[in-house]
Amino acid sequence: MYAQMVDTGAKKLRAMEELTPEEQAFQARIDAGVKVEAKDWMPEAYRKTLIRQISQHAHSEIVGMLPEGNWVTRAPSLKRKAILLAKIQDEGGHGLYLYSAAETLGVSRDQLLGDLHSGKAKYSSIFNYPTLNWADVGAIGWLVDGAAIMNQIPLCRCSFGPYARAMVRICKEESFHQRQGYDLIMAMAKGTPEQKAMAQDALDRWWWPSVMMFGPPDESSVHSAQSMAWKIKLFSNDELRQRFVDQTVPQAHYLGLSIPDPALKFNESNGHWEIGPIDWDEFYRVIKGNGPCNRDRLRTRVKAWDDGEWVREAAVAHAEKRATRAKAA
Amino acid sequence: MKEWPLWEVFIRSQHGLAHKHVGSLHAPDAELAVKNARDVYTRRNEGVSIWVVKAADITASSPGDKEALFEPANSKVYRHPTFFPMPDEVKHI
Repeated sequence: MYAQMVDTGAKKLRAMEELTPEEQAFQARIDAGVKVEAKDWMPEAYRKTLIRQISQHAHSEIVGMLPEGNWVTRAPSLKRKAILLAKIQDEGGHGLYLYSAAETLGVSRDQLLGDLHSGKAKYSSIFNYPTLNWADVGAIGWLVDGAAIMNQIPLCRCSFGPYARAMVRICKEESFHQRQGYDLIMAMAKGTPEQKAMAQDALDRWWWPSVMMFGPPDESSVHSAQSMAWKIKLFSNDELRQRFVDQTVPQAHYLGLSIPDPALKFNESNGHWEIGPIDWDEFYRVIKGNGPCNRDRLRTRVKAWDDGEWVREAAVAHAEKRATRAKAA
Repeated sequence: MKEWPLWEVFIRSQHGLAHKHVGSLHAPDAELAVKNARDVYTRRNEGVSIWVVKAADITASSPGDKEALFEPANSKVYRHPTFFPMPDEVKHI
C-alpha cells in the first residue's frame, strides 16, 4: 500500500445524526455510490485527508523510481534494461496522474513537492530499503508492485472521481510491473546456483518490508473507520495483507524459493497461509525516518529538484519570449 | 518561481472516436504540453491525436447549476424512441 496510516483528523467516527445537514447529504451520496467530483461540496476533513492520501501515494511513485534507477546502468542485458526503463517511466507517469488528482482539490504541485522535500509529507516505508543485487529489481516488481496492486484495485472504486480515474489508469499498467518482476526472478531462480542464491537473498530482504507495506493492524483505528465511511479505503490493512500472503506464498514455492518466516504455515481449515509475528518496531523506525535509506532518498529528490530549477526557469522564459514575439508579429 | 500552467489533455483513440479527456499536466507552453502528453498519456498506443487546452481557458458548469441545466430534460420522455410503443406486427422500426 503506497499510503500508510493516513490521518483523517477525526477523533471518533460520528453517527449520521451527529453530522450537519450538509455532511449528511454528502455521506448519503457516498453511501449511494455517487462519485464526488472536485467542484462538489465536501467536508474540509475529507478534502484534507484525500490531499494527504493521494499526495503520499504520488510521492511513493516518484521516490520509488530511485531504488530501481540504481540498476539501470548495470542491467544484465539490453532487453532487461529497456524493460526497467519502461517500468521506471511508468512510475513517473503514475506520480503525475496522482499529483493531478490531488491538484483538483485546490493544492498546487509545487506545494505538494515542497512538503515531500521538507520531510513534512510521507511516502511508503518500502522505498527506504536499498537494492543490493540485480534480483532486487525483480523482487520489487513481484512483491512491492504485487502488494500495491492489492490496494490499488479496490481504489478504482473509491468515492473521489479524479482519484478513482487515476487508479484505473495505474492498475492497467501495474500488472506489467508485477509480471516483469516475477519473470526476472524466475530467470534467476532457474539459473545457476549463484543466481538462485541472489533471488533467495532478494526475497529474504524484501519479504517482511513488503508485508509491512499494508500498515499496522487497523481494526481499532479511528482514521481507518473514517476513511472507510468515506470510501477512500475499502478493505482493512490485515485483510489486504492476508490476500497478498495467500497469493504470493505459492508463487515463491513454484520458484523453489522459501519465504523467510519459520512460523509460516498453511491453515487447512480456512485455506489461508498464516504468517509469524511482524516486527512493527522496524516499521515505525522506518516511518520515523530511520530506515536504511531515508536520508539518501530525500537528498536525491531534493538534489534532482534543485538541479532542475534552471531548466524550469529557462522553459518559462522561452515560452514568454515566444508569446511576446507572437503578439508583436 | 512561477509554476508551469496546467493543461487538460484530450486523446483520440485509434477507433475513430471523439477526443476524450484523459487527465492533465503542467507545461510551460502548448508545444511542450503536447510532448509531455505524449510521454504521460500515450505510452501504450492509446491514441492517434492529442489536444491540449489550458485549464484556465475552460469554462465549466457549476455543480450548483445542475438542476437548472439538466432537470428540464427529465420531464421530456417523449424525446426517447422507447416512448412510442409499436405494435408487434409492425417490423423494421
